[in-house]
Amino acid sequence: MGLSKLNSLYREVILDHADHPRHKHDLATSTNTITLKNPTCGDVINLSIQLDDQEKIQDIGFSGDGCTISQSSASMMTDAVMGKDKETALRMAKTFSDMVMGTKHPQADLDELGDAAILSSIMSFPARIKCATLAWWALQRALLEETPTDEEEA
Amino acid sequence: MAANILDIRKNFPVLNQQVNDEQLVYLDNAATAQRPTAVTDSLVHFYQTDNANVHRGVHTLAERATEDYENARVKVQHFINAAESAEVIFTKGTTDGLNLVASTYGEQVIQAGDEIVISIMEHHSNLIPWQQLAIKKHATLKYIGLTADGELDMADAADKITDKTKIVAIAHASNVLGTLNPLADLAKLAHQHGAIIVGDGAQAVPHHPVDVQALDVDFYAFSGHKMMGPTGIGALYGKRALLEQMPPYQFGGEMIDFVHQQDSTWAQLPYKFEAGTQNIAGAVGLGSAVDYLSDIGMANVAAHEQAIVDYLLPKLVADPDLAVYGPHDPAKHTGVIAFNVKGIHPHDIATALDMEGVAVRAGHHCAQPLMTYLGLVATARASFYLYNTKQDADRLLVALAETKEFFNHGAVKAE
Repeated sequence: MGLSKLNSLYREVILDHADHPRHKHDLATSTNTITLKNPTCGDVINLSIQLDDQEKIQDIGFSGDGCTISQSSASMMTDAVMGKDKETALRMAKTFSDMVMGTKHPQADLDELGDAAILSSIMSFPARIKCATLAWWALQRALLEETPTDEEEA
Repeated sequence: MAANILDIRKNFPVLNQQVNDEQLVYLDNAATAQRPTAVTDSLVHFYQTDNANVHRGVHTLAERATEDYENARVKVQHFINAAESAEVIFTKGTTDGLNLVASTYGEQVIQAGDEIVISIMEHHSNLIPWQQLAIKKHATLKYIGLTADGELDMADAADKITDKTKIVAIAHASNVLGTLNPLADLAKLAHQHGAIIVGDGAQAVPHHPVDVQALDVDFYAFSGHKMMGPTGIGALYGKRALLEQMPPYQFGGEMIDFVHQQDSTWAQLPYKFEAGTQNIAGAVGLGSAVDYLSDIGMANVAAHEQAIVDYLLPKLVADPDLAVYGPHDPAKHTGVIAFNVKGIHPHDIATALDMEGVAVRAGHHCAQPLMTYLGLVATARASFYLYNTKQDADRLLVALAETKEFFNHGAVKAE
C-alpha cells in the first residue's frame, strides 16, 4: 500500500492548515480560555475566545504543540466558528465529534463545518481520532466554561 | 546467531503477516515484545493439563500446578543469578514491583528530611512512586542529570547521592535514550552512603545478561511481557535481609502464617509478598520465555541487537533531517532508538511508517520529565529485538525517506 493511503488523511487542505495555521496566536482579551492536553502523546492546546454581548464569537485564537492533524484541526475549527454564536459553535462541535466517530449527519450540518468536514477521513485511522477532536473538545469545554484539572485527559 | 535468524523468526507467527498490504516490521519492542510459540504453547499446556490453585490443595493437579509455578520461580532466579529462589517475588510487572518497594521498604525507612535519588531519564513507573513517597514523608526527591551526549552524568550522581540519601532508584537501561546505565557503580556509590539501590530492569533484562549479585543491587524489578512472556506477570528481586524486615504489601490468602481474631503472622519468603491467587499461568509462561532466551543465550541476544545498532545508528545520525537522542556512538547505544524528523510531528511519522508496515512508537514514552529536560514534546522510537534483522533496519530507512518526501515535497499534489 505504501504511503498512497496517506493522501486521504493528509489532503492538501489539511497540510495547508498545518503549515499556515489560521488564528494561531493568543488574544489580548478573552472571555473564555482553556488548556487541554492529550496525555497519550503530550499534545497541548491553549484556546482563547472573546464572546461579545450577544454571546457571539468575536475573536478566537489558539497556541500549543501538536501533530499535523491536531494543528490543522485547530486551525480549521477556529476558521469555522469565527463569528458564530455560542449555540451554533457547540452544535458544530457535536457534529464534528459525531462525524469522526462515523455517526451520520445531514449534509447541511457538515457544510457548516467548512474545511473541517474533510477530517472525516480520520475515521480510517482510529489511532488518530483524538488528534482531530482535541481542538473541538477544547472549544466545547471553553464555551461551557469548565475548568479542567491539571492532567485532564482529552 | 545471524545464521539461524530465519529459524528464530519462524518461532514468532505474528511476524508473518501483512499490515496495510506490506510485510510487518515490528519495531515497538520496548513497549512489548512478541511471543514465541513455545510461550503460547506453555500457557495452553498449563491450562489444558495442570491447572489448579497452588500451595493449598492436596490433589494431584494442585501438586503439579505448584511444581510448575515454583519451577518458574527457580528459572527466573537462575536467569538473573539471584542467590535463592525465595528472593524472587512474582508481581504484575515492573510497575507493581517498584510500587511494592516504595510502599513497604520506602514507607518503613523514609522520614522527613531524607533524600531519594532517581535520574531524569526514569520512566514514570520508577518516578511517581518515589515522588509520591517523598511528598507523603516530606522527603526530598533529587534527580541525576545527563551528560551532553545523553548518558547518565556520574559526576552529578556523586554530587546528588549524599549521607542523607536513603534510596537510589535508577533504570538499568533507558526506554528513550538507549543507554545502559552503570548500575554496579551506582550501587557502590549508594552503599558508601548507607543507601539502598533499586534497579528498574524493564528494558535491560529482555536484552542483556543480568546478574543481580554482580550488580549488588538491593531490589530489581522487571516485566514478563517485554521479554516474550505473558502480560500481567513480572518479578521483583530483593535481598533476603531486606525482604525479611519489610512489612507485607497486601493482605489476604496465601501470605499468612497464622490468623487469629485480632492479629496475624506472615508467611515466609517469598509468599509474604504474594497475597491472593497469583497469575499462575503467567508465571509458567514467563518460565518458558526464560527457557527460550536462555537457549539462545543472552550474550547472543545482546550481540545480535548490537550488530543492528552498529549498522543503523550511524545512518540515522548522518541524516541532517533527523535528531537522534541518546549517545551517537553505537557502542554506547542499545536497540532503543528515539528520534525526530525535522518539521514532521512524531505522530505523523508513526502513521506514515505504519502505512509502510513499520510499527514504531510515538509519544513521550512515559518519560515526561525527560522530554521537558530535553526540550521536547514527543519523539518517534524504533526498538529492536532478537527477531529483527538488518533488512528490518533497511525497511525503516526506506520508509523514513518516503515519509520525508511525502511531507516535505507534498506528495499529495500528485493526487
